[in-house]
Amino acid sequence: MAETERDPRTIELREPPVLAPGHSFASVTDKIGGIVLSRRTPRAWMAGFAVSFLLVMILQVAIAYLLARGVGIWGIGIPVGWGFAIVNFVWWIGIGHAGTLISAILLLMHQEWRTSINRFAEAMTLFAVACAGMFPLLHLGRPWYFYWLFPYPSTMGVWPQFRSPLVWDVFAVSTYATVSFMFWFVGLIPDLASLRDQARHWFPRGIYGMLAMGWRGSAIHWRRYEDAYRLLAGIATPLVVSVHSVVSLDFAVAILPGWHSTIFPPYFVAGAIYSGFAMVLTLAIPLRAVYHLEDFITPRHLQNMAKVLLATGLIVAYGYFMEALMAWYSGNRYEQFMMVNRVLGPYAWVFWAVMATNVLAVQACWSRRVRSSVPALFAVAMLVNVGMWLERFMIIVVGLHRDFLPSSWGMYYPTIWDWATLFGSIGLFLFLMILFVRLLPAISIFELRQLVAKPEYARSKT
Amino acid sequence: MTQKDARNKTWRSLDELAGTAEFQRFLEAEFPEPASGGTDPVSRRDLLKVMGASLTLAGMTACRTPAEKIVPYVRAPEDLVPGKPLFFATAMPMGGFAKGLLVESHLGRPTKVEGNPEHPASLGATDVFGQASVLTLYDPDRSQVVTRVGRLSSWMTFLAALNVAREEQHLKKGAGLRLLTGTVTSPTLAEQIRSLLAEFSSAKWHQFEPVSRDHARAGAHVAFGQDVNTIYRFDQAQVILDLEADFLGWGPANLRYVRDFTAGRRVGQGPVAMNRLYVVESCPSITGSMADHRLGLRAGEVESFARKVAQRLGVQDASPGSPGPHDQFAEAVARDLAQHRGASLVVAGDQQPPVVHALAHAINHTLGAEGRTVIHTDPVEAMPVDQMQSLRELVGDMQAGRVDLLVIVGGNPVFTAPRDLAFAEQLSKVKLRVHLGLYEDETSALCHWHIPEAHFLESWSDARAFDGTVTILQPLIAPLYGGRSAHELLAALAGKASLSGHDIVRDYWEKHGRWKIFEESWQVALHDGLVAGTRLPPKRVALRAGFLKESLPAQKPGRGLEIAFRPDPTIWDGSFANNGWLQEMPKPLTKLTWDNAALVSPATAQRLGLHNEAVVELRYRGASVRAPVWIMPGHADDSVTVQLGYGRTRAGRVGTGAGFNAYLLRTADEPWFSAGLEIRRTGDRYSLVSTQHHFSMESRNLIRAGTLGEFQKNPRFAQQVEESPPPGLTLYPGHPQEGYAWGMAIDLNACIGCGACVLACQAENNIPVVGKREAGRGRSMHWIRVDRYYEGPPEDPAIFHQPVPCMHCENAPCEVVCPVGATVHGSEGLNEMIYNRCVGTRYCSNNCPYKVRRFNFFEFADWTTPSLKAQRNPNVTVRSRGVMEKCTYCVQRINAAKIEAEKEDRKVRDGEIVTACQAVCPAQAIVFGDLSDPNSRLARLKADPRNYALLAGLNTRPRTTYLARLRNPNPEIRG
Amino acid sequence: MAQLFHRSANTIARASILGAVLALAVTGGMLWALYRSGYQTEVGVPRQQPVPFSHKHHAGGMGIDCRYCHTSVENSSYAGLPPTETCMSCHSLIWADAPVLEPVRASFRTGEPLQWTRVYRLPDFVYFDHSIHVNKGVGCSTCHGRVDQMPLTWRANTLLMEWCLECHRQPEHFVRPREYVFQMDWNPPADQLSLGRRLVAQYNIRKLTDCYTCHR
Repeated sequence: MAETERDPRTIELREPPVLAPGHSFASVTDKIGGIVLSRRTPRAWMAGFAVSFLLVMILQVAIAYLLARGVGIWGIGIPVGWGFAIVNFVWWIGIGHAGTLISAILLLMHQEWRTSINRFAEAMTLFAVACAGMFPLLHLGRPWYFYWLFPYPSTMGVWPQFRSPLVWDVFAVSTYATVSFMFWFVGLIPDLASLRDQARHWFPRGIYGMLAMGWRGSAIHWRRYEDAYRLLAGIATPLVVSVHSVVSLDFAVAILPGWHSTIFPPYFVAGAIYSGFAMVLTLAIPLRAVYHLEDFITPRHLQNMAKVLLATGLIVAYGYFMEALMAWYSGNRYEQFMMVNRVLGPYAWVFWAVMATNVLAVQACWSRRVRSSVPALFAVAMLVNVGMWLERFMIIVVGLHRDFLPSSWGMYYPTIWDWATLFGSIGLFLFLMILFVRLLPAISIFELRQLVAKPEYARSKT
Repeated sequence: MTQKDARNKTWRSLDELAGTAEFQRFLEAEFPEPASGGTDPVSRRDLLKVMGASLTLAGMTACRTPAEKIVPYVRAPEDLVPGKPLFFATAMPMGGFAKGLLVESHLGRPTKVEGNPEHPASLGATDVFGQASVLTLYDPDRSQVVTRVGRLSSWMTFLAALNVAREEQHLKKGAGLRLLTGTVTSPTLAEQIRSLLAEFSSAKWHQFEPVSRDHARAGAHVAFGQDVNTIYRFDQAQVILDLEADFLGWGPANLRYVRDFTAGRRVGQGPVAMNRLYVVESCPSITGSMADHRLGLRAGEVESFARKVAQRLGVQDASPGSPGPHDQFAEAVARDLAQHRGASLVVAGDQQPPVVHALAHAINHTLGAEGRTVIHTDPVEAMPVDQMQSLRELVGDMQAGRVDLLVIVGGNPVFTAPRDLAFAEQLSKVKLRVHLGLYEDETSALCHWHIPEAHFLESWSDARAFDGTVTILQPLIAPLYGGRSAHELLAALAGKASLSGHDIVRDYWEKHGRWKIFEESWQVALHDGLVAGTRLPPKRVALRAGFLKESLPAQKPGRGLEIAFRPDPTIWDGSFANNGWLQEMPKPLTKLTWDNAALVSPATAQRLGLHNEAVVELRYRGASVRAPVWIMPGHADDSVTVQLGYGRTRAGRVGTGAGFNAYLLRTADEPWFSAGLEIRRTGDRYSLVSTQHHFSMESRNLIRAGTLGEFQKNPRFAQQVEESPPPGLTLYPGHPQEGYAWGMAIDLNACIGCGACVLACQAENNIPVVGKREAGRGRSMHWIRVDRYYEGPPEDPAIFHQPVPCMHCENAPCEVVCPVGATVHGSEGLNEMIYNRCVGTRYCSNNCPYKVRRFNFFEFADWTTPSLKAQRNPNVTVRSRGVMEKCTYCVQRINAAKIEAEKEDRKVRDGEIVTACQAVCPAQAIVFGDLSDPNSRLARLKADPRNYALLAGLNTRPRTTYLARLRNPNPEIRG
Repeated sequence: MAQLFHRSANTIARASILGAVLALAVTGGMLWALYRSGYQTEVGVPRQQPVPFSHKHHAGGMGIDCRYCHTSVENSSYAGLPPTETCMSCHSLIWADAPVLEPVRASFRTGEPLQWTRVYRLPDFVYFDHSIHVNKGVGCSTCHGRVDQMPLTWRANTLLMEWCLECHRQPEHFVRPREYVFQMDWNPPADQLSLGRRLVAQYNIRKLTDCYTCHR
């Protein structure tokens, strides 16, 4: 690669660039489009596909057995009426936040480094929300009546009970799913078009052609496109905040010590973004390795994400601290006991694990060396993923297992089916993700083109 | 329909009804021989339809409903209005003694048992066994055919075989004929046996009960030189000393005693007085949990304590022995007893040796208790005998080969007989062995003939209560499984097989009833559930001079551990082992279900390095069993208590294999306790399921208790420990209150923690049994539970009981979180749970601070077993998988009463609605009623200064509230 | 390169989007209708019976009172189905040997009950009490329709919960004076509302919309 001339603008930028120098429109299109169309499928992809497919099959069995026997196959009981199912739900919904955040908010804030990660971040959002949406249904005692949660003119002459946060969830999650999908799809259109044009075989051409909805890239198309995209971004932005706030209300509205807390909405949103970015990292790092996309997903991206991780991590830590503080400050016997039980009770290990992963591990990101070391970042991201799952476990299970009457205290022991559904859902997520990178451009081609067009990258052409 | 107006209106004798051929046919049609339609679900369904039980298949609205048949009568039985239950009076015999019942019957199906208010041993209450009896009636595991050495046979074949044997016996005057029964109080049965013995002059009659009252009887012999039945008047007593007598827990009169005892502890407004109870016992009992002072002593040390008290009260020859650690206590007790001459009494437990009973009699004598707090009568039993001795003789005869024909009428001696008698082996020496029993059990396995026994709800009989009052038992239903009653078997033995149970009982009373107009008195007796004027008159008995000289004080209880045997609080001597309700009911103090355990004190456990669920080997007199350990706070040190009745090998699908068999350690000479037990740790672990894991209140004022003194100083002490927010402190609009305002008050000062309410609720509300594993996962379905807390040092804690039903909060946390409105607030203040709307999010349970909601994690209800369907209450939905359920304040009873009232254009009267838990409670601790009526009993209780709400600080404003517990300690004794 | 799609593809695309929206709306509407249709609710579907019993003849023609056969309707939750002997009380004399009545006579002889086909069926989690409705002035025909004009009985109303609620929410629209409860041809007067209001007050009918009124 030819060395770049000394140029004031490039010298200013001390971090690595968001796009490795030396790329032209064609090179970008080939490199990314090629993944889908021409290049042969790498072994890693095959392996990943096999594993995730297996997990999906396990999920299928678990669900079949669940519907046949009832939720009793899980470890739940009284007092712990919600177990893995709801933990997973909150966890996935949380993960589903990074995508829209990156795409919408960073777009509106003109963060150009978003371009090469937003596409698969959005896909991730969709798939995470799909996994999440599965659980509220499955955890019902009578899942076949789930539709009673929707307001429709039933022959019973009754309506849902709108004071219940679960009803709010229905709207929040479904809206979020719809908008994220629209956003993702609209974003895809120009790339679908270029895939259509690149494709040689008639079949992919047909498919991509249909999906491209007759996009010809004319000026008017572009103008409408821009409007639509920004409009959707505008709609999506508040959702990022609203969805997880509503989810957090499932707990905040209840009177249970450890649930009934006003700090939950912001604290959950931060947690969501935190886990979201962790997941983006966990996906981006292998992706760029497998498909050699180091040019597009540069250290710059990784570093920025590490910074976001650190920032949200600190907010989450603050949330933990406030919970403890309020428990003490409230002077409420039950609140105080809840906190003591969390830290020293039978589930103390969960609490300390959460501290280690969500609070301590991420502090490593203060150091530039960690931020620029790919393996280190991957490790941190993984820890945060686990940590955030445990955090939900801590809130839900540990909150429930010892509440007001000592006579009805109990423990929660997950069964094999709990684990099967958890890993099954992870499998489903990976399965969809893996199909996505194979069938659709995992990185936005046209947006990279726009970058290439920008002078500081353009001038570095050979 | 509440039992009160039931008695006024529809409660009449079944006699003539059963007489009509139509009714008989109806019963047959309804419960055919299991071989035929009985097991065919279709015919079952049609039948349930005609019963108006609206037990139709739940159909999803989305698919067309299948065409259904409705089947009317051909000839309708008179006075039987479909959809309206009838109530019939009968009684439950247990250990021979009767407790009166009113049984609710829906078109010929007995579904629920209530106590008979007229009956002296019931006063309207029942115990757990009474409640569960209706389940045993329908138990599909009951034996259903006559079997000969395990092969199907018939009653006729049996009669043929029996006649052959009879002829043989006639030749030798019945020298080889033996009859083994339990305790017999039934005048009819006694008469039958007498005439049988007259026919076979050399035949012998033996009686044996594993939980016998031999020692009480022997004690009376020592003291009075004759058989005397002793009745205690706890309502008259101000000071009570209990020498290991769990008089609230079991015995023929326990329900009566509970009522009397708690009556002596009620404190209303005005002058407050309370009786004082001292309990000396080895293993904490519910009586001990009510004690004002409880002293944990090994069973073997109770005697010396009794002697000390006796001596201080001036009983001759009490020979108290050397001073001991508890002398001050004895001193104080004695003084207290003496200060209340004539209003104090001492009661000794059946498992204490005769001499302790004798001492108790002596003390009561010196206290001038006779005629006041203690009443003597002639024995209630038809023939009082030393049953252990009686069994010993029988075994002796069997061993000597003197027995050709042994007829075992009820009972399960092979399982329950003391180990050292080797009953089973000797039984094999008998030529012809006949067993009449409800189940094909351990005994019938070793008998030639097994005859299915008719349940007491299926048969005619009679029995006496603890005070001699006779009840005539009438069947609620024709025998489901073609069982025969003891009377019918005895008649067959006497060669009168043609006689029906009805004829036999009726004939007896025609002869011996001494009634002017038989028919009328007969009807009255059946209607009232007791025969007037059969109560035994009080009798003056004189103490034998210097009887205590003969009975020298027992030498110091032997070294080493002591083992004590107790009947199990829920499955008794093992005869209820196959009853799912009783198996699943948490034991009052340990809260264990589905198992028994070796109970030891914390100190002893520590000394021996034992922990809960550790399996130990109990070695005692050459026998040994493996048993899991359960640590019992308040238990006497160096003593191990085991409950009898578990470890059945042929109980049925429910009972077989649960727990360990303590009978394997029991010996005839020391049936109740003795030293010389060795414990060996095995290192194994056996999982026991307890429904309550945490026994401390964590200083949360859940149960508020004070002493009588504190209460007099500050009546409102209970309300001041936690302030409750002012009304209206909620974001949501209040609920419009119209008409009645239902509520409940539970008096913790009366509640003895027996758990009868738990079973009454289960029977009334079709609550399923989930089994040990599910119970272990926190999935028991009981709508009302009795929480038990300890306070103070583990070696001698204060013990508290708290029944917890749904609180029916006015600001119910469950209501706001249900997404589909399946739990909502009713205009009369009920928190309504609508099963058919529930989708099963379990959010309501998570948000319920009282954790009273129960969830159907699986299809817990049995939708297939036909006989169990017949037991169900037709007015309560049978819940299916995936829905939440909980206490409804027995809304079916509320609605029934409201409808009756509205038809008569009046308001529901106070006390007209009685919830199942309230009806059953022997202590009358639970009161349900209308808060909007200021004069209702409930409203007055709510105004009581002791009234407080559980977790009031949460502003849930529960409709169920509690009245604080009071204790009345003796100022002379600290701690 | 050649165009993939013809221009018309655009129109097709637009049309299909519109069509999807319409299709959704239509299915919704059809479901709404289906659940309330006679197919689902069996309203107006005469049921075949072992004996072609005609209410039209007995109640209408002969003018036999409902309570003659449905004896417990006034004092029990269950209206009561006549036992065979009730039929025979007349038909041992009239039509004593009519072939259609053979099943009835057979039942009387053998003691085998007649098996009628159920017309009015409520799910088993609904607890309906005839006696209180009758006592509060809800006429037979209000729910069961003009039974006196039914040769074979059919369901006159949907029995859907929303139908029950119509009356439970506003009884004044439906109640009639007690004395007319069993009168089949009673028609609500023009001033039903004012009459209803008066009766509601007089009979002290409360709007019974608590769930526990019917569900337990």
